Amino acid sequence: MIEVNLNEAALRAKECQELASRAGVTLSDCYQCGKCSAGCPMGGSMDKQPHQMLRLLQLGLYEETINASSPWICASCHVCACRCPHGINISELMEAVRQRAASSDICPVKDVRRFTKDFLIPVRWLGRSHEAIMSAFYNITSGHVFLNFSHIPQMLLSGKLGIVPEMSGDIDDVRALIERCEKEAEN
Amino acid sequence: MLYSYFPGCTMSTTGIEYAKSLRFVNKAIGMRFADIKGWNCCGASAAHAVSRELGVALPARNIALAEMQRPGVPIVVACAACYSRMKCAENAIHTDREKLRSLTGTNVSGDIPIVSILEAFSSVEVREAIASAITRTLSGLKVACYYGCLFARPSGTSHMDDPEDPTSMDELMALAGAEPVKWSFKTECCGGSHHIDLPAAAKPLSKNIFQNARANGAQAIVTACPMCMMNLDMREGEINRAFSENFNMPVYYFTELLALVMGANEKESGINRHFWPATKLISDSIAERGNL
Repeated sequence: MIEVNLNEAALRAKECQELASRAGVTLSDCYQCGKCSAGCPMGGSMDKQPHQMLRLLQLGLYEETINASSPWICASCHVCACRCPHGINISELMEAVRQRAASSDICPVKDVRRFTKDFLIPVRWLGRSHEAIMSAFYNITSGHVFLNFSHIPQMLLSGKLGIVPEMSGDIDDVRALIERCEKEAEN
Repeated sequence: MLYSYFPGCTMSTTGIEYAKSLRFVNKAIGMRFADIKGWNCCGASAAHAVSRELGVALPARNIALAEMQRPGVPIVVACAACYSRMKCAENAIHTDREKLRSLTGTNVSGDIPIVSILEAFSSVEVREAIASAITRTLSGLKVACYYGCLFARPSGTSHMDDPEDPTSMDELMALAGAEPVKWSFKTECCGGSHHIDLPAAAKPLSKNIFQNARANGAQAIVTACPMCMMNLDMREGEINRAFSENFNMPVYYFTELLALVMGANEKESGINRHFWPATKLISDSIAERGNL
């Protein structure tokens, strides 16, 4: 049960609408059938189920929405959007909330935020992602130092570690693209 | 049968057997996947999670390169996550071409088709070429064809035959003499990158896939996605330990099984590189076609 102060909610409703329109979603389309949550494979680990996220937005509860763990737990598998009887793009909405939270430096699930940062380290260097480099950074920044260590010998044996990382041909091009995107996101 | 090919970053590391077997099969059936020169990571699983712009601009640059290098030639994408990002970028280009042009610093137009590897392998021409290149059979090996999320969804973006019950891989496996089982987890999520950042939450997802495959009589799982492959094949041992299970189920790329029935040996198909032992089941099942 959530207690809602309708005066406050009305003030934040605009921000909720804005998030929804970023995702191309009309909030009033949702009649809370819960089919999205029934199919969500990560629902068991979320603090708010997908249909509850939609309800929060309908009610104008921006703070609760933006601080929810659910968008970070979401695996972007798109089952929710695929099965919604009203064609609501819920996974896109989750993504819009996560992107907004990230740009406001809000992240209730720190390891997921770290992963997204560390994943992009080799992309900035090489123009390509690289599991071993990303994992090395992630294990250090997250403090899960020995995560996936046990797989290294077999990866080496089967030639899967990519000891000599491959680089995209026009690395300066890729770096400039990343910079432009980051500038655009700031504006 | 010419495509501009976006391999994705895993093809030279964890997905090396996918790349090898694909090369073997393409050579055998006369299909050409020509690399997009200078391609970059599409950002799948991280860029789009936190930045709308980066999530579409990274893949859009690859689309632009393909357009410049081979005008009019469709793009094929091997990895499900890359495919999904390329399709999202395609949508973004159609919605706001000028913005994507300025973000990527290219003249991208988004007018060439982008297909998944499963679509490329579904055309009548390719199916016929496969049928005539096959010399061996998997002798009714029971396989659970696992499509994962991102070949099949989002359903408005993907062109998969059916987002809930796709059949393109099942049909390919039937051509190879395997028996695709009916099962419920064809398009369930494997957990994706959450196996790294939320392992406790993600592990049950992979476990459930093995469990449902076994319950429906499968001896092996077949996939077309390098991320699904890693989350099943590489993690099978740890899943067995975590859930006191003994799944003992090899996981193959569909291209590995096609290469094998086209005459590839263990090394050429790449099945000697798996984490979970994958060679014995094949040597027990495979037979020359006439000898059944």
